[in-house]
Amino acid sequence: MTLISTNPPALRPGLPGAAVARIDPRLRVCVALVFAVLMSQVDGFGALGLGLAAGLGLLLASGQPIGPVLRRMAAMDGFILFMLVLLPFTTPGVPLFSVWGHGASLEGLRDACDILLTANAVVLMVLVLPGTLEPVTLGHALGRLGVPLSLVNLLLFTVRYITVLEGEYQRMRQAMRARAFAARSDLHTLTSLGYLVGMMLVRAQERSERVLQAMKCRGFNGALPLIDAMRWRGADTLWALGFAGLLGAVIALEIAHVPGA
Amino acid sequence: MHIVDGALSAPVLIAGAALTAGGIALGLRQMTLERIPAAGVLSAAFFVASLIHVAVGPSSVHLILNGLAGLILGWTAFPALFVALLLQAVFFGFGGITVLGVNTLNIALPAVLVGLALRPLIAAGGPRAAALWGAVGGAGAIALTTLFVAAALVFSGDAFVPAAKLVFLAHVPVMVIEAAISAAAVVLIKRVKPDLFAGAPAVAAV
Repeated sequence: MTLISTNPPALRPGLPGAAVARIDPRLRVCVALVFAVLMSQVDGFGALGLGLAAGLGLLLASGQPIGPVLRRMAAMDGFILFMLVLLPFTTPGVPLFSVWGHGASLEGLRDACDILLTANAVVLMVLVLPGTLEPVTLGHALGRLGVPLSLVNLLLFTVRYITVLEGEYQRMRQAMRARAFAARSDLHTLTSLGYLVGMMLVRAQERSERVLQAMKCRGFNGALPLIDAMRWRGADTLWALGFAGLLGAVIALEIAHVPGA
Repeated sequence: MHIVDGALSAPVLIAGAALTAGGIALGLRQMTLERIPAAGVLSAAFFVASLIHVAVGPSSVHLILNGLAGLILGWTAFPALFVALLLQAVFFGFGGITVLGVNTLNIALPAVLVGLALRPLIAAGGPRAAALWGAVGGAGAIALTTLFVAAALVFSGDAFVPAAKLVFLAHVPVMVIEAAISAAAVVLIKRVKPDLFAGAPAVAAV
Protein backbone atom coordinates (compact mmCIF):
# COMPACT_ATOMS: atom_id res chain seq x y z
CA MET A 1 0.00 0.00 0.00
CA THR A 2 1.23 3.44 -0.79
CA LEU A 3 0.21 6.74 0.75
CA ILE A 4 -1.22 8.34 -2.36
CA SER A 5 -1.30 7.46 -5.99
CA THR A 6 0.48 10.18 -7.90
CA ASN A 7 1.98 13.24 -6.30
CA PRO A 8 4.77 12.80 -5.36
CA PRO A 9 5.45 9.26 -6.68
CA ALA A 10 5.82 6.69 -3.96
CA LEU A 11 9.03 4.81 -3.34
CA ARG A 12 9.00 1.08 -3.90
CA PRO A 13 8.43 -0.66 -0.59
CA GLY A 14 11.55 -2.64 0.26
CA LEU A 15 12.62 -5.10 -2.41
CA PRO A 16 12.47 -8.60 -0.98
CA GLY A 17 15.92 -9.42 -2.35
CA ALA A 18 17.91 -6.55 -0.87
CA ALA A 19 19.43 -7.08 2.56
CA VAL A 20 18.52 -3.51 3.56
CA ALA A 21 14.84 -4.31 3.00
CA ARG A 22 14.95 -7.03 5.68
CA ILE A 23 16.32 -4.87 8.49
CA ASP A 24 14.01 -4.88 11.50
CA PRO A 25 11.60 -1.90 11.28
CA ARG A 26 12.28 -0.89 14.90
CA LEU A 27 16.01 -0.77 14.22
CA ARG A 28 15.42 1.40 11.14
CA VAL A 29 13.36 3.91 13.12
CA CYS A 30 15.90 4.07 15.96
CA VAL A 31 18.91 4.43 13.65
CA ALA A 32 17.23 7.20 11.63
CA LEU A 33 16.37 9.09 14.84
CA VAL A 34 19.83 8.78 16.45
CA PHE A 35 21.55 9.57 13.14
CA ALA A 36 19.43 12.74 12.69
CA VAL A 37 20.17 13.96 16.21
CA LEU A 38 23.89 13.29 15.83
CA MET A 39 24.18 14.87 12.36
CA SER A 40 22.34 18.01 13.47
CA GLN A 41 24.97 18.52 16.19
CA VAL A 42 28.28 17.84 14.37
CA ASP A 43 30.06 20.65 12.49
CA GLY A 44 33.21 19.06 11.05
CA PHE A 45 33.17 18.47 7.33
CA GLY A 46 34.81 15.06 7.79
CA ALA A 47 31.97 13.89 10.02
CA LEU A 48 29.30 15.47 7.80
CA GLY A 49 30.85 14.00 4.66
CA LEU A 50 30.99 10.53 6.22
CA GLY A 51 27.29 10.80 7.14
CA LEU A 52 26.33 11.80 3.60
CA ALA A 53 28.51 9.06 2.11
CA ALA A 54 26.88 6.50 4.42
CA GLY A 55 23.45 7.67 3.26
CA LEU A 56 24.47 7.35 -0.41
CA GLY A 57 26.05 3.94 0.18
CA LEU A 58 22.90 2.68 1.87
CA LEU A 59 20.79 4.03 -1.00
CA LEU A 60 22.91 2.06 -3.50
CA ALA A 61 22.79 -1.08 -1.36
CA SER A 62 19.03 -0.85 -0.91
CA GLY A 63 18.29 -1.47 -4.59
CA GLN A 64 15.85 1.46 -4.62
CA PRO A 65 15.59 3.40 -7.87
CA ILE A 66 18.17 6.13 -7.34
CA GLY A 67 16.54 8.84 -9.48
CA PRO A 68 13.33 9.36 -7.46
CA VAL A 69 15.18 9.47 -4.13
CA LEU A 70 17.72 12.01 -5.39
CA ARG A 71 14.95 14.07 -7.01
CA ARG A 72 13.16 14.23 -3.68
CA MET A 73 16.38 15.28 -1.98
CA ALA A 74 16.82 18.01 -4.58
CA ALA A 75 13.24 19.18 -3.97
CA MET A 76 14.11 19.70 -0.31
CA ASP A 77 17.26 21.59 -1.28
CA GLY A 78 15.06 23.89 -3.36
CA PHE A 79 13.04 24.76 -0.24
CA ILE A 80 16.09 25.92 1.69
CA LEU A 81 18.09 27.42 -1.16
CA PHE A 82 17.20 31.05 -0.45
CA MET A 83 18.17 30.71 3.19
CA LEU A 84 21.52 29.15 2.30
CA VAL A 85 22.27 31.83 -0.28
CA LEU A 86 21.52 34.57 2.27
CA LEU A 87 23.64 33.09 5.06
CA PRO A 88 27.13 34.06 3.82
CA PHE A 89 25.98 37.67 3.49
CA THR A 90 24.36 37.91 6.91
CA THR A 91 26.98 36.12 9.02
CA PRO A 92 29.76 38.37 10.31
CA GLY A 93 33.31 37.09 9.76
CA VAL A 94 36.28 36.96 7.42
CA PRO A 95 35.23 38.57 4.12
CA LEU A 96 35.47 36.18 1.20
CA PHE A 97 33.97 38.01 -1.78
CA SER A 98 31.29 40.64 -2.31
CA VAL A 99 28.23 41.05 -4.52
CA TRP A 100 26.95 44.58 -5.15
CA GLY A 101 28.73 45.86 -2.07
CA HIS A 102 27.47 43.10 0.25
CA GLY A 103 30.35 41.09 1.64
CA ALA A 104 30.08 37.33 1.98
CA SER A 105 31.89 35.78 4.90
CA LEU A 106 33.78 32.52 5.12
CA GLU A 107 31.93 31.61 8.33
CA GLY A 108 28.56 32.13 6.65
CA LEU A 109 29.54 29.98 3.71
CA ARG A 110 30.71 27.29 6.10
CA ASP A 111 27.40 27.39 8.04
CA ALA A 112 25.43 27.15 4.81
CA CYS A 113 27.44 24.10 3.69
CA ASP A 114 27.00 22.58 7.17
CA ILE A 115 23.19 22.87 6.93
CA LEU A 116 23.16 21.56 3.36
CA LEU A 117 25.24 18.47 4.22
CA THR A 118 23.29 17.74 7.42
CA ALA A 119 19.88 18.07 5.77
CA ASN A 120 20.82 15.91 2.78
CA ALA A 121 22.50 13.20 4.85
CA VAL A 122 19.47 12.93 7.15
CA VAL A 123 16.94 12.96 4.32
CA LEU A 124 18.79 10.16 2.52
CA MET A 125 18.99 8.03 5.65
CA VAL A 126 15.31 8.64 6.47
CA LEU A 127 14.05 7.93 2.94
CA VAL A 128 16.11 4.72 2.67
CA LEU A 129 15.61 3.26 6.18
CA PRO A 130 12.10 4.01 7.55
CA GLY A 131 10.93 5.61 4.27
CA THR A 132 10.79 2.28 2.44
CA LEU A 133 8.59 0.66 5.10
CA GLU A 134 4.90 0.20 4.50
CA PRO A 135 3.18 3.09 6.34
CA VAL A 136 1.27 0.56 8.45
CA THR A 137 4.51 -1.18 9.44
CA LEU A 138 5.94 2.18 10.49
CA GLY A 139 2.93 2.63 12.78
CA HIS A 140 3.42 -0.82 14.28
CA ALA A 141 7.15 -0.24 14.78
CA LEU A 142 6.43 3.04 16.60
CA GLY A 143 3.87 1.23 18.75
CA ARG A 144 6.39 -1.50 19.63
CA LEU A 145 8.91 1.21 20.54
CA GLY A 146 6.58 2.64 23.17
CA VAL A 147 4.83 5.49 21.34
CA PRO A 148 1.38 5.94 23.02
CA LEU A 149 -1.14 3.57 21.50
CA SER A 150 -3.73 6.30 20.85
CA LEU A 151 -1.19 8.22 18.73
CA VAL A 152 -0.35 5.02 16.82
CA ASN A 153 -4.09 4.41 16.27
CA LEU A 154 -4.47 7.94 14.92
CA LEU A 155 -1.55 7.35 12.54
CA LEU A 156 -2.98 4.03 11.35
CA PHE A 157 -6.43 5.59 10.75
CA THR A 158 -4.87 8.49 8.87
CA VAL A 159 -2.79 6.20 6.67
CA ARG A 160 -5.83 4.01 6.00
CA TYR A 161 -8.04 6.90 4.90
CA ILE A 162 -5.59 9.07 2.93
CA THR A 163 -6.09 6.90 -0.16
CA VAL A 164 -9.87 6.84 0.33
CA LEU A 165 -10.13 10.63 0.65
CA GLU A 166 -7.69 11.16 -2.20
CA GLY A 167 -10.19 9.22 -4.33
CA GLU A 168 -13.03 11.36 -2.97
CA TYR A 169 -11.06 14.49 -3.84
CA GLN A 170 -10.36 13.29 -7.39
CA ARG A 171 -14.05 12.46 -7.92
CA MET A 172 -15.11 15.96 -6.82
CA ARG A 173 -12.44 17.59 -9.01
CA GLN A 174 -13.73 15.54 -11.93
CA ALA A 175 -17.30 16.67 -11.21
CA MET A 176 -16.06 20.28 -11.21
CA ARG A 177 -14.22 19.75 -14.52
CA ALA A 178 -17.39 18.27 -16.00
CA ARG A 179 -19.04 21.61 -15.15
CA ALA A 180 -16.27 23.52 -16.93
CA PHE A 181 -14.35 24.63 -13.83
CA ALA A 182 -10.81 25.74 -14.64
CA ALA A 183 -8.46 26.88 -11.88
CA ARG A 184 -7.33 30.50 -12.28
CA SER A 185 -5.93 33.12 -9.92
CA ASP A 186 -9.22 34.70 -8.88
CA LEU A 187 -11.74 34.73 -6.06
CA HIS A 188 -14.10 32.38 -7.88
CA THR A 189 -11.40 29.70 -8.00
CA LEU A 190 -10.58 30.12 -4.32
CA THR A 191 -14.25 30.02 -3.28
CA SER A 192 -14.85 26.90 -5.35
CA LEU A 193 -11.80 25.17 -3.88
CA GLY A 194 -13.00 26.23 -0.42
CA TYR A 195 -16.39 24.59 -1.03
CA LEU A 196 -14.51 21.52 -2.27
CA VAL A 197 -12.44 21.35 0.93
CA GLY A 198 -15.53 21.97 3.07
CA MET A 199 -17.45 19.19 1.31
CA MET A 200 -14.49 16.86 1.69
CA LEU A 201 -14.46 17.50 5.45
CA VAL A 202 -18.23 16.97 5.74
CA ARG A 203 -17.97 13.68 3.87
CA ALA A 204 -14.95 12.68 5.98
CA GLN A 205 -16.97 13.29 9.15
CA GLU A 206 -19.96 11.31 7.87
CA ARG A 207 -17.69 8.48 6.75
CA SER A 208 -16.09 8.39 10.20
CA GLU A 209 -19.52 7.97 11.79
CA ARG A 210 -20.20 4.93 9.62
CA VAL A 211 -16.70 3.60 10.37
CA LEU A 212 -17.25 3.95 14.11
CA GLN A 213 -20.57 2.11 13.96
CA ALA A 214 -19.09 -0.68 11.86
CA MET A 215 -16.15 -1.00 14.20
CA LYS A 216 -18.38 -1.08 17.28
CA CYS A 217 -20.31 -3.94 15.67
CA ARG A 218 -17.00 -5.79 15.58
CA GLY A 219 -16.15 -5.09 19.21
CA PHE A 220 -13.84 -2.07 18.84
CA ASN A 221 -12.64 -1.14 22.32
CA GLY A 222 -10.30 1.74 21.52
CA ALA A 223 -7.20 -0.16 20.49
CA LEU A 224 -6.30 -1.62 17.14
CA PRO A 225 -4.42 -4.84 17.86
CA LEU A 226 -0.93 -4.77 16.33
CA ILE A 227 -0.96 -8.09 14.55
CA ASP A 228 2.52 -8.71 13.33
CA ALA A 229 5.47 -10.63 14.60
CA MET A 230 8.52 -8.41 14.50
CA ARG A 231 11.29 -10.91 15.11
CA TRP A 232 14.82 -9.77 15.80
CA ARG A 233 17.15 -11.83 13.59
CA GLY A 234 20.88 -12.47 13.79
CA ALA A 235 21.41 -10.24 10.75
CA ASP A 236 19.74 -7.37 12.62
CA THR A 237 22.38 -7.61 15.34
CA LEU A 238 25.07 -7.32 12.65
CA TRP A 239 23.30 -4.31 11.13
CA ALA A 240 22.98 -2.72 14.58
CA LEU A 241 26.72 -3.20 15.16
CA GLY A 242 27.44 -1.72 11.72
CA PHE A 243 25.30 1.36 12.41
CA ALA A 244 26.92 1.73 15.85
CA GLY A 245 30.31 1.67 14.12
CA LEU A 246 29.19 4.35 11.67
CA LEU A 247 27.87 6.61 14.44
CA GLY A 248 31.08 6.02 16.42
CA ALA A 249 33.20 6.96 13.41
CA VAL A 250 31.18 10.17 12.92
CA ILE A 251 31.74 11.09 16.58
CA ALA A 252 35.48 10.23 16.35
CA LEU A 253 35.92 12.42 13.24
CA GLU A 254 34.09 15.26 14.97
CA ILE A 255 36.32 15.04 18.07
CA ALA A 256 39.45 14.88 15.90
CA HIS A 257 38.23 17.92 13.95
CA VAL A 258 37.53 20.35 16.80
CA PRO A 259 41.11 20.98 18.04
CA GLY A 260 42.26 21.84 14.53
CA ALA A 261 39.39 24.27 13.89
CA MET B 1 7.68 26.52 5.71
CA HIS B 2 9.32 23.21 6.56
CA ILE B 3 12.54 23.85 8.46
CA VAL B 4 15.18 21.19 7.73
CA ASP B 5 17.62 19.32 9.96
CA GLY B 6 20.80 21.20 10.78
CA ALA B 7 19.43 24.76 10.69
CA LEU B 8 18.26 25.23 14.27
CA SER B 9 20.22 25.34 17.51
CA ALA B 10 19.88 22.57 20.10
CA PRO B 11 17.93 24.65 22.71
CA VAL B 12 15.31 25.60 20.07
CA LEU B 13 15.01 21.96 18.96
CA ILE B 14 14.60 20.73 22.55
CA ALA B 15 12.08 23.43 23.49
CA GLY B 16 10.05 22.70 20.34
CA ALA B 17 10.04 18.95 20.99
CA ALA B 18 9.02 19.41 24.65
CA LEU B 19 6.15 21.81 23.86
CA THR B 20 4.93 19.58 21.04
CA ALA B 21 4.98 16.53 23.32
CA GLY B 22 2.80 18.50 25.76
CA GLY B 23 0.41 19.58 23.01
CA ILE B 24 0.10 16.04 21.68
CA ALA B 25 -0.59 14.72 25.19
CA LEU B 26 -3.37 17.30 25.68
CA GLY B 27 -4.82 16.48 22.26
CA LEU B 28 -4.75 12.73 22.85
CA ARG B 29 -6.51 13.14 26.20
CA GLN B 30 -9.47 14.70 24.36
CA MET B 31 -9.51 11.91 21.79
CA THR B 32 -11.82 9.39 23.43
CA LEU B 33 -12.67 6.01 21.95
CA GLU B 34 -15.70 7.47 20.18
CA ARG B 35 -13.64 10.18 18.53
CA ILE B 36 -10.70 8.14 17.23
CA PRO B 37 -12.28 7.38 13.82
CA ALA B 38 -13.44 11.00 13.34
CA ALA B 39 -10.00 12.34 14.25
CA GLY B 40 -8.27 9.85 11.95
CA VAL B 41 -10.49 10.38 8.92
CA LEU B 42 -10.45 14.19 9.32
CA SER B 43 -6.69 14.09 9.73
CA ALA B 44 -6.48 12.17 6.44
CA ALA B 45 -8.79 14.78 4.84
CA PHE B 46 -6.46 17.59 5.89
CA PHE B 47 -3.48 15.60 4.59
CA VAL B 48 -5.13 15.32 1.16
CA ALA B 49 -6.19 19.00 1.23
CA SER B 50 -2.57 19.99 1.84
CA LEU B 51 -1.67 18.41 -1.51
CA ILE B 52 -3.94 20.87 -3.39
CA HIS B 53 -1.85 23.43 -5.21
CA VAL B 54 -3.04 26.96 -6.02
CA ALA B 55 -1.37 29.06 -8.71
CA VAL B 56 0.26 32.30 -7.54
CA GLY B 57 1.64 34.16 -10.54
CA PRO B 58 4.20 31.90 -12.24
CA SER B 59 4.58 29.65 -9.20
CA SER B 60 2.18 27.69 -7.00
CA VAL B 61 1.72 27.07 -3.29
CA HIS B 62 0.16 24.15 -1.49
CA LEU B 63 -2.61 24.63 1.05
CA ILE B 64 -1.87 24.25 4.76
CA LEU B 65 -5.33 24.91 6.22
CA ASN B 66 -4.14 24.71 9.82
CA GLY B 67 -6.67 27.38 10.81
CA LEU B 68 -9.51 25.22 9.50
CA ALA B 69 -8.00 22.17 11.22
CA GLY B 70 -8.00 24.02 14.56
CA LEU B 71 -11.61 25.17 14.06
CA ILE B 72 -12.78 21.60 13.50
CA LEU B 73 -10.40 19.48 15.59
CA GLY B 74 -9.58 21.75 18.55
CA TRP B 75 -6.68 20.34 20.59
CA THR B 76 -6.77 17.13 18.55
CA ALA B 77 -5.21 19.23 15.75
CA PHE B 78 -1.89 18.76 17.60
CA PRO B 79 -1.59 14.97 17.21
CA ALA B 80 -3.34 15.08 13.81
CA LEU B 81 -0.89 17.61 12.33
CA PHE B 82 2.05 15.80 13.97
CA VAL B 83 1.03 12.60 12.20
CA ALA B 84 0.75 14.46 8.88
CA LEU B 85 4.21 16.02 9.28
CA LEU B 86 5.72 12.69 10.37
CA LEU B 87 4.35 10.96 7.27
CA GLN B 88 5.60 13.78 5.03
CA ALA B 89 9.07 13.70 6.60
CA VAL B 90 9.48 9.92 6.45
CA PHE B 91 7.91 9.14 3.08
CA PHE B 92 8.34 12.37 1.08
CA GLY B 93 11.50 13.80 2.67
CA PHE B 94 9.82 17.17 3.42
CA GLY B 95 11.14 18.75 6.61
CA GLY B 96 13.34 16.71 8.91
CA ILE B 97 13.44 14.49 11.96
CA THR B 98 15.05 16.54 14.72
CA VAL B 99 12.95 19.54 13.65
CA LEU B 100 9.68 17.56 13.80
CA GLY B 101 8.87 19.03 17.21
CA VAL B 102 9.49 22.62 16.12
CA ASN B 103 7.67 22.16 12.81
CA THR B 104 4.64 20.61 14.55
CA LEU B 105 4.56 23.41 17.11
CA ASN B 106 4.75 26.05 14.35
CA ILE B 107 1.75 24.59 12.52
CA ALA B 108 -0.37 23.15 15.33
CA LEU B 109 -0.20 25.81 18.04
CA PRO B 110 -1.67 28.50 15.72
CA ALA B 111 -4.34 25.97 14.74
CA VAL B 112 -5.32 25.36 18.37
CA LEU B 113 -5.27 29.10 19.21
CA VAL B 114 -7.51 29.90 16.23
CA GLY B 115 -9.84 27.07 17.23
CA LEU B 116 -10.10 28.20 20.84
CA ALA B 117 -10.69 31.85 19.90
CA LEU B 118 -13.03 31.56 16.93
CA ARG B 119 -14.95 28.29 17.16
CA PRO B 120 -17.53 29.67 19.65
CA LEU B 121 -18.04 32.76 17.45
CA ILE B 122 -18.63 30.61 14.35
CA ALA B 123 -20.94 28.24 16.22
CA ALA B 124 -23.05 31.13 17.52
CA GLY B 125 -23.09 33.48 14.51
CA GLY B 126 -24.90 33.49 11.17
CA PRO B 127 -23.42 32.76 7.72
CA ARG B 128 -21.90 36.24 7.34
CA ALA B 129 -20.16 36.01 10.70
CA ALA B 130 -19.02 32.49 9.82
CA ALA B 131 -17.42 33.73 6.58
CA LEU B 132 -15.71 36.60 8.38
CA TRP B 133 -14.33 34.47 11.22
CA GLY B 134 -13.37 31.72 8.79
CA ALA B 135 -11.26 34.22 6.82
CA VAL B 136 -9.75 35.68 9.98
CA GLY B 137 -8.92 32.17 11.22
CA GLY B 138 -7.41 31.08 7.90
CA ALA B 139 -5.18 34.13 7.53
CA GLY B 140 -4.43 34.41 11.24
CA ALA B 141 -3.18 30.83 11.55
CA ILE B 142 -0.74 31.31 8.64
CA ALA B 143 0.44 34.66 10.03
CA LEU B 144 1.11 33.06 13.42
CA THR B 145 2.85 30.11 11.78
CA THR B 146 5.23 32.36 9.83
CA LEU B 147 5.93 34.36 12.99
CA PHE B 148 6.75 31.13 14.86
CA VAL B 149 9.01 29.96 12.01
CA ALA B 150 10.75 33.35 12.05
CA ALA B 151 11.15 33.17 15.83
CA ALA B 152 12.63 29.64 15.64
CA LEU B 153 15.18 30.90 13.08
CA VAL B 154 16.04 34.08 14.98
CA PHE B 155 16.48 32.26 18.31
CA SER B 156 18.97 29.98 16.51
CA GLY B 157 21.19 32.83 15.29
CA ASP B 158 21.13 36.51 14.33
CA ALA B 159 22.36 35.59 10.85
CA PHE B 160 18.86 34.27 10.14
CA VAL B 161 17.10 37.64 10.69
CA PRO B 162 16.87 38.57 6.97
CA ALA B 163 15.72 35.05 6.10
CA ALA B 164 13.06 35.25 8.81
CA LYS B 165 11.73 38.55 7.39
CA LEU B 166 11.68 37.03 3.93
CA VAL B 167 9.67 34.04 5.19
CA PHE B 168 6.97 36.38 6.49
CA LEU B 169 6.79 38.50 3.32
CA ALA B 170 6.78 35.46 1.06
CA HIS B 171 3.70 34.15 2.86
CA VAL B 172 1.45 37.20 2.49
CA PRO B 173 -0.14 35.72 -0.69
CA VAL B 174 -0.58 32.42 1.16
CA MET B 175 -2.49 34.27 3.90
CA VAL B 176 -4.87 35.75 1.32
CA ILE B 177 -5.45 32.36 -0.30
CA GLU B 178 -5.98 30.57 2.98
CA ALA B 179 -8.39 33.29 4.16
CA ALA B 180 -10.59 32.92 1.06
CA ILE B 181 -10.55 29.11 1.07
CA SER B 182 -11.16 28.81 4.82
CA ALA B 183 -14.04 31.30 4.63
CA ALA B 184 -15.74 29.38 1.83
CA ALA B 185 -15.18 26.04 3.57
CA VAL B 186 -16.56 27.37 6.88
CA VAL B 187 -19.66 28.79 5.16
CA LEU B 188 -20.34 25.47 3.44
CA ILE B 189 -19.81 23.38 6.58
CA LYS B 190 -21.95 25.79 8.60
CA ARG B 191 -24.79 25.26 6.13
CA VAL B 192 -24.39 21.51 5.55
CA LYS B 193 -23.16 20.12 8.86
CA PRO B 194 -22.97 22.75 11.60
CA ASP B 195 -22.20 20.08 14.24
CA LEU B 196 -18.59 20.14 13.06
CA PHE B 197 -18.17 23.46 14.90
CA ALA B 198 -20.40 22.57 17.81
CA GLY B 199 -17.60 21.46 20.08
CA ALA B 200 -15.29 18.51 19.80
CA PRO B 201 -15.76 16.58 16.55
CA ALA B 202 -19.37 15.48 16.44
CA VAL B 203 -19.91 11.87 17.27
CA ALA B 204 -22.43 9.49 15.78
CA ALA B 205 -25.55 9.38 17.91
CA VAL B 206 -25.31 5.90 19.33
